[in-house]
Amino acid sequence: LTLLPVARHSVGVASDLLNLLPSVLLEGLLLGFVYAMIALGYTMVYGVLELINFAHSEVFMIGAVAGIETFRALSPHLADPFALLALAILAAAMVSGATAMAIERLAYRPLRRRGVTNRLIPLITAIGVSFFLQDFVRLIEGLWHNEFYMNYPSYPALEKSYALGLGMEIQVKSILVMGVAISMLVGLHLLVTRTRLGKAIRAVAQDRETASLMGINPDQIISRTFFIGGALGGVAGVLFGLMYTQINPFVGFIPGIKAFTAAVLGGIGSIPGAMLGGLVLGVMETTGGTYLFFLTGGAMGPEYKDIFGFLILILILLLRPQGLWGGGMKDRA
Amino acid sequence: MKRIALSLLLPAAAAGASLFLAGHPRSVGALLLVLVALYLCYRLPVARPLRILVGAALLLWTIPAAGFQNTFLFELGIQIGIFAALALGLNIVVGQAGLLDLGYAAFFAIGAYTWAIFGSPQANAFLPGGAFPLPGFPYFYLFAALAVLTAAVTGLLIGLPALRLRGDYLAIVTLGLGEVVRVMANNLDHPINLTNGPQGITPIERPSIAWLLGLLRALGAPASPVVGYSLFFYLLVLAVIGAVVLANLRLDRSRFGRAWVAIREDEFAARAMGISLLKSKLLAFATGAAFSGIVGAIFAAKQTFVSPESFTLLQSITILVMVILGGMGSIPGALVGAAAVTLLNIEVLKSLSDFFNQLRQSGAVLDLVLFRYDLARLPSQLEPAKYERMIFGLIIVLMMIFRPGGLIPERRHKQELEKE
Repeated sequence: LTLLPVARHSVGVASDLLNLLPSVLLEGLLLGFVYAMIALGYTMVYGVLELINFAHSEVFMIGAVAGIETFRALSPHLADPFALLALAILAAAMVSGATAMAIERLAYRPLRRRGVTNRLIPLITAIGVSFFLQDFVRLIEGLWHNEFYMNYPSYPALEKSYALGLGMEIQVKSILVMGVAISMLVGLHLLVTRTRLGKAIRAVAQDRETASLMGINPDQIISRTFFIGGALGGVAGVLFGLMYTQINPFVGFIPGIKAFTAAVLGGIGSIPGAMLGGLVLGVMETTGGTYLFFLTGGAMGPEYKDIFGFLILILILLLRPQGLWGGGMKDRA
Repeated sequence: MKRIALSLLLPAAAAGASLFLAGHPRSVGALLLVLVALYLCYRLPVARPLRILVGAALLLWTIPAAGFQNTFLFELGIQIGIFAALALGLNIVVGQAGLLDLGYAAFFAIGAYTWAIFGSPQANAFLPGGAFPLPGFPYFYLFAALAVLTAAVTGLLIGLPALRLRGDYLAIVTLGLGEVVRVMANNLDHPINLTNGPQGITPIERPSIAWLLGLLRALGAPASPVVGYSLFFYLLVLAVIGAVVLANLRLDRSRFGRAWVAIREDEFAARAMGISLLKSKLLAFATGAAFSGIVGAIFAAKQTFVSPESFTLLQSITILVMVILGGMGSIPGALVGAAAVTLLNIEVLKSLSDFFNQLRQSGAVLDLVLFRYDLARLPSQLEPAKYERMIFGLIIVLMMIFRPGGLIPERRHKQELEKE
């Protein structure tokens, strides 16, 4: 992912840095919204099961692939890129949500049934699921289209860009990414705070046993939590594909880890925390990656962007394991 | 009575397998028989000296003798051995101390680069004098020892902050650190060229084996340098495994080994018993890293080439699969797991891939009434050898759900799992 081709060519002078700042921030914010949506999946599952659902990065990837398949299947029949995108988002949400539910049913529930107390066992299982799914999707795509790299189609209507002043330019698709992300985040917030299902999810997260005494079926609620988290991840996959065009079956790993970092940054288990954490991480990463290049006179640059994310994760876990804003989590790291 | 019968059975089985391998040095089945005989040496309840004798004969006579006919056997043996040593190292961290380390390949990388940089012209890129590559003798041995040290020190440095975290966070942090090491190896070709980046480092010096070739000639089995090096690395890896197993056993029965198990089972109770959590965990982490370091140095010399490609997350997970398959905490389990996964990786999947390619080239058409499929259309990406992730993932999930103790569960683990 070359986020900032501009940065590679310009030479570091202070005015350049300032001129770049607004567009770098915008870029970071866009990335941040995607991270935030993936992070919600981690944080919700962690909230109800105290499990780092390592396979969530693959749920995200499957969403991106489902989106591309929708474009592929429907573009001969439907010319309107906005309608196509809406359908792709819908399909990705359904496929990813269903995948997440299936993972829970097939891999995690048997462990719960057996009463495994060692927390490493579910985590190791999750890693296995993640690796399995990467190759499974590769196999399917290999058989179906003989493809590894898949490209999101580009439509002039989506690529068109508007000047915002301050050297910022925004593309139509970027506006869509933000709009979809914000509405999903608000929707989730309302769902969790205002509906019966949301109340049940919070109850299960607080105390599964007591919740089951109150007439809540924890297995069902856990299943639905996986669906909601998975659907958000799937939508994030389509948005990610739209922004960066090329995807492949292994594309989930890095955004997955970043999103997990975002969830930890905001205090794992906390929904607003995951949203804020995603935005903060996205902005920190793009600015960090760009300015490292200038600060080291070109010796180091965006190739250390991923390390940057990991270092933030490590520092946060060490210094503020409850997350930047605290709360949300019952027991600490 | 039964014991005497078994005492006779073991050498007989070993001799049978040996003869079969001698007759068919290219047969994988024959090799498997020898491995089964080796396993029997561990498993059968007969006198220990007999088991050791038979086992040593198999490892030091049968396999090398067949290896002279088919060098690939050495290659296989070295690969299994390298992974077995890595699995044993990771077994201390994951199996005994219960610390899930997902970045174990990083220590392997550090060991490999320790020798690769100085045993090749690479070090000339940042050190003046043009003194490099250092000659294989005695520097390889020196740097192998140094690799133990650098890996252990890195383990301490990483562990010191990371080990304060709870188990699942530790896993993610070690995964991140593993990636950090790989990305650094990939990018430290600028501003100073330390690692030569993605191109990797080659050629890397090997220790001299004139003595081994001389010895073989004196024994009446002259060998070419290629075969000689294969034999040399085979023996070297065996020696390292021997040392690692011994260290594992001694540690398992030491104060530290018991402390690790106590921590794994219940951190709070362990602390209440006066065990220093951080110190014990650090020791486990550093010991595991040290084993990985020496294996890395041997790997670099054996391949004469290292690049960041060899130290990916997939590599760490592969080693983890070996430990899980064999049984977390179980020493024979780690060995069996390493052998099984390595054979799967380089033998079974490769044969399946060959079969697959034959199918494609045969041009046959699959005709199942409703479904017609031209086999030549099968995409080449479908080769089974390219689906390690899927297979490993499946192994992990199935083992965790159906047999969490592994193929050969550790005694203490087994008790714990059955109690639940």
